[in-house]
Amino acid sequence: MTAQQIIFMIVAAYTIGSGLMVVTTRNLVHAALWLVSTLFGVAVAYALLNANFIAVVQVVVYIGAIAILFIFAVMLTRKDMRDSGPQMNKNWWAGALVAVLVFAGLAFLLSGWSGFRNIAAELPAEFDAIGLLGEALTSPEAFVLPFEVASVLLLAALVGAVYVAFNPRSDKK
Amino acid sequence: MVPLSWYLMFAAALFSIGLFGVLTRRNAIAILLGVELMLNAVNINLVAFWRYSDVMAMAGQVFAVIVFAVAAAEVSVGLALVISVYRRRNTVVADELDMLKW
Repeated sequence: MTAQQIIFMIVAAYTIGSGLMVVTTRNLVHAALWLVSTLFGVAVAYALLNANFIAVVQVVVYIGAIAILFIFAVMLTRKDMRDSGPQMNKNWWAGALVAVLVFAGLAFLLSGWSGFRNIAAELPAEFDAIGLLGEALTSPEAFVLPFEVASVLLLAALVGAVYVAFNPRSDKK
Repeated sequence: MVPLSWYLMFAAALFSIGLFGVLTRRNAIAILLGVELMLNAVNINLVAFWRYSDVMAMAGQVFAVIVFAVAAAEVSVGLALVISVYRRRNTVVADELDMLKW
């Protein structure tokens, strides 16, 4: 095993362990904090894949914005900080069975694919992933239209979120 | 170097964990946490396929960036809906939200 493989194993075990805690912890605030831990593990996986910009965006957008939004939502929707009653529904064993079957099916499908054991090629000398990504996102020959559509979608979603969560009683004081 | 299969298995495991959370959790916010895990697993796959095929073609990373935007949109609308439902029904347990109109 090379050093990179050992690092990958540690990161993967850490991330999957945190992910298991996200779906099994009773306390929702703890679940949101375990989600932060999982997202950090995924960011390290991006860094191992030489996707530096994606790793930074993962930390800034996912951990800085989305996970904090989750923590706010948990705090806004609970009367007290403790949860009572079961956190999983009665059919949790069926859910676990479906999850295991999906994993087994994915593993079976992927292991039959010819490129499954590919090894990554060395990066070209002076490879500039961020420059290439910026050009791809702004060049009309590449992905400028999907990128703009994504930003319009985000704007529409945020306006819709403000409208849905707006409390009509708050201005009738 | 790490083979591609390791990344694919890692992402498949994370996806299955997220699926388990979506299927079994009772709290609506916890269901959204499971959806986030699934989106992250998909993103790992996209970036891994970018790295293990032609690195000069940026389609994998661009797709990952767009998935980030869609995930942010999904979470903002989802949590707004949960907060709105909580305000009207005083609960966020998905089993108890069984009316079409209030």
